[in-house]
Formats: sequence, C-alpha cells, structure tokens
Amino acid sequence: MTVEEKKPDRSPSEATMIEIKNVSKWYGSFQVLTDCSTVIHKGEVVVVCGPSGSGKSTLIKTVNALEPFQKGDIVVNGVSIGDPKTNLPKMRSHVGMVFQNFELFPHLSVTENLTLAQIKVLGRSADEAKTRGLKMLDRVGLMVHKDKFPGQLSGGQQQRVAIARALSMDPIVMLFDEPTSALDPEMVGEVLDVMVLLAKEGMTMMVVTHEMGFAKRVAHRVIFMDHGFIVEDDSKEAFFANPRSERAQQFLTKILHH
Amino acid sequence: MGNWDWQVFCKNTIDGEVMPRCFGSGGDITYLQWMLSAWGWTISVSLLALVVAVVVGSLMGILRTTPSKTLILIGNAWTELFRNIPLLVQIFLWYHVIPSLFLPLQKVPSFLLVVLALGFFTSARIAEQVKAGIESLSKGQRYAGLAIGLTLPQTYRFVLLPMAFRIVIPPLTSESMNIIKNSSVAFAVSISELTMFAMQAQEETSRGIEIYLAVSLLYFVSAFAVNRVALFIENRVQVPGMIGGGK
Repeated sequence: MTVEEKKPDRSPSEATMIEIKNVSKWYGSFQVLTDCSTVIHKGEVVVVCGPSGSGKSTLIKTVNALEPFQKGDIVVNGVSIGDPKTNLPKMRSHVGMVFQNFELFPHLSVTENLTLAQIKVLGRSADEAKTRGLKMLDRVGLMVHKDKFPGQLSGGQQQRVAIARALSMDPIVMLFDEPTSALDPEMVGEVLDVMVLLAKEGMTMMVVTHEMGFAKRVAHRVIFMDHGFIVEDDSKEAFFANPRSERAQQFLTKILHH
Repeated sequence: MGNWDWQVFCKNTIDGEVMPRCFGSGGDITYLQWMLSAWGWTISVSLLALVVAVVVGSLMGILRTTPSKTLILIGNAWTELFRNIPLLVQIFLWYHVIPSLFLPLQKVPSFLLVVLALGFFTSARIAEQVKAGIESLSKGQRYAGLAIGLTLPQTYRFVLLPMAFRIVIPPLTSESMNIIKNSSVAFAVSISELTMFAMQAQEETSRGIEIYLAVSLLYFVSAFAVNRVALFIENRVQVPGMIGGGK
C-alpha cells in the first residue's frame, strides 16, 4: 500500500490549514498509524472513512494532540504539534472538536457548557461569552433549551449543543470524530444538517464519518484508511466514481448497498 | 434495669457528690461536663482529621489519575503506605517513633499528632475512592476538556472533579462517619476524648453501663449527623437529568 499524496483538483484555497507529515503511532508494539500524510487546505471539507480499527479516529485525535504520536509531525495553522515548546491548550482552543459521545459537561447547564472555555481559556467576560454562546446555540436551533442540563436533552440535541460549544470558541478548523455514530437513526439528520450548513459557510472541516451521503453533498475530498494506512486520498468525485484500491471498492460496496 | 443510676452524670468528679442542676461550680466539674468536654475533643479530632484526609486524599487520588508516571508513583506509594498499617499502630508510630526521628515534632502536641495520624490513615482510603470516581468518568470527558483549550489542571478543576466528587459522595460519607468512630483510638495516646472518658469514668464510678450507653449515644448522634449533612449536600449538588438525579 502506498500513501497517496495527490492534491485535490479543486481545493477552495491554496493556504494550508492542517499538514499531517508521515505520522506513525504505536500502542506498545502495535502500530495503529503508519506513515500517514495529507494536507487540508483552508475552507476544505475532508471526510475520513474506513472500516473500524482502521485508525481514522486515532488520526483525527492526533491532529489536536489528544493522542500522542511517535513519528512524523502535524502542523496546524503553522503550529507544530510535535514541537514540545508548543502551547497545546492555546493551539487546541482554535481547533473545534466534536466527539462521538457528545461529551458535554453533565454538571453544567447548556449555557454554562457554551461559556466555560470562552471565559477560562479566551478570557472573555461572562456577558460576552454568554452572548456569543447563545448566538451559536440559536444557530443550531436549540435556544429554548439554554437552561437545561445535558442529561435532559436527546442525543441529537446534545450533539448540536456540542457543535455550538465548539463554535463558540471561534475555531479556525473543526474536527468531527464520528459525530453521528452514537445517535438514533432519526436524529442523524438534524446533526448532519448543522454540519452541512457549516460546510457551506466555508468552515474548514475534517470529518470522520460513515455518512457517505454527507460526503457526497459537501466534501471536497475523501480519505480512505485501512489498517493504519491512508489508502486513498482523492477528490470526492474520483473516490466515489472510481476508487483505486480493492479495499476501498469493497468498503463502498458494503456501505452503499444496504 | 432498676439498678440504673443516671445520677452518676451529675456527680462531682472530685468527691462524688451529686451536684444541683448537674453542673459543678468554682472549678469543680460533674461527669456530665467531663463527658461533654470529651465529646468536644472527639469532634475536634474528627473534624480536623477529616479536613486533612479530604485534602490529602483528594490530592493523592488525583495524582494517581494524571498522565505523569512520577505523580502516579507518589500517589500509589502514599496510598499503600497508609492503608497497609493498622490505625492503632500508626497512632503509636506518630506518638513514639516519628518524633524521635524528627526532633521538631517532639514539641507538637499529641492532639495534632493524632489528627495527622487519623487524617493520613483516612486519606489513603479517600485517595482510593477519588481515583475510582475520576476513572469512572469516560475518557472522552478529559478529551473534551483538553480539546476545548483547557489546561490539564483546568480540566480537572472544571470538568473531571465536579463530576467525580458527586459520584464519590456516598463512600466519602462512610469515611467521614468512620473517622468519628476511629477517633476513639486517640485514647491510646491520652487524648481526653469520649472513649478515654468512658474508661476512666467507668473506673471511678463503677457505673460502666450508664457511661458506655451515654458515650455510645454520643458517637451515634455524631456519626448520624455527618450522614445527614452528607445527604443534604448530595441532594443539593444533584444534576438534573443524571441517573439518580432526575427530577
């Protein structure tokens, strides 16, 4: 298997947002990522897919240094993750992340979830943070729930709050780690709608997902991973029309035909 | 039953005369007064030890969940050291052995040594519970705190600990009640707390039944009060929509 380095045919901008350079990662002696490289440009929406255990969730977690890696480097907006001098909290505050299991803070109200990091990390005043947070909450259509606690919301609502929480920090890029995998089927749509909206506004997004419909609608590029390798890295059109590797062909057949 | 003599508590501790209104005057005290003062010592030892135990125990428990191998080692060593030696032996160690190794400690009153001994002993148990509480939270909570830009200490302060402490309130309640009951070992180094009072007053008055019943009642009331306070706190910090907290 070779690492594809082909640049997308129609990248929204030539400016680089994330550069993943030959990243390898081991858990003990087990290699979970092998020599992964790709570039995500400003304004680009990149979908990462692949069978479970392929390393896609691990890869996205290395981008904001939630998971360490042993070889290679990742540069986010000019900041090297591998450099020990890098101020990781500061870097992460510009990188929004949405998790499979939402991970709202259960002891805080929706509003407090939205304002906590704005106040503690960005140093915004409580009023400023609240105004910004509620604006984002309104965008995901959940203003009526501002005083509820996460445990009182449905999964889909929690995930939309989680997106609003990330957006409240004015991120320059958004990472989504299987944002709809833990949702009941009827709630997937509401979360995808919010993500589509974001994509259309030009947000730079890296999205680990099995939702090929989403990929077809808004992705510029699709990365296919298997066994810790980036097997395909191609424009959406090329990937869906004509996946080159046999593994990706099989994956698409299975995921699209049922 | 007919032989019980509750008047024993109104007796003067010097000459055994029953005092009017049960309180001595002019420096004399009755057994009731002695017992109340002993109760005060029990409560003082317990509360101070509880403060030590919660502060040190939480710190050690937190250390054991950090990514740093050194900090984990410190937390583990602390926990193992203080939970594998019997409490009574630890009291004697603090009283007899440690002051002879660290001479400045010889000037420290035995009351404080007992507070440290009981506090550190209990801190090992609290460390274990706090660690379990933090580990019961999903790894995603830690990720979420860090991902939004919080530092690791901030993630603990604002994300992990508020939930972890809510989860460990029931075992912490048990520990707080245990500390009151365990404070009875302080008699071994002559702290004039309830158990010490009971032993001495029993000897002086030969009214062991009355004295031990009264002392038992005071222990019970104290521990029960801790339990009620904890329950009150537990209800106050309940999170709407959480398991067991739904309203």
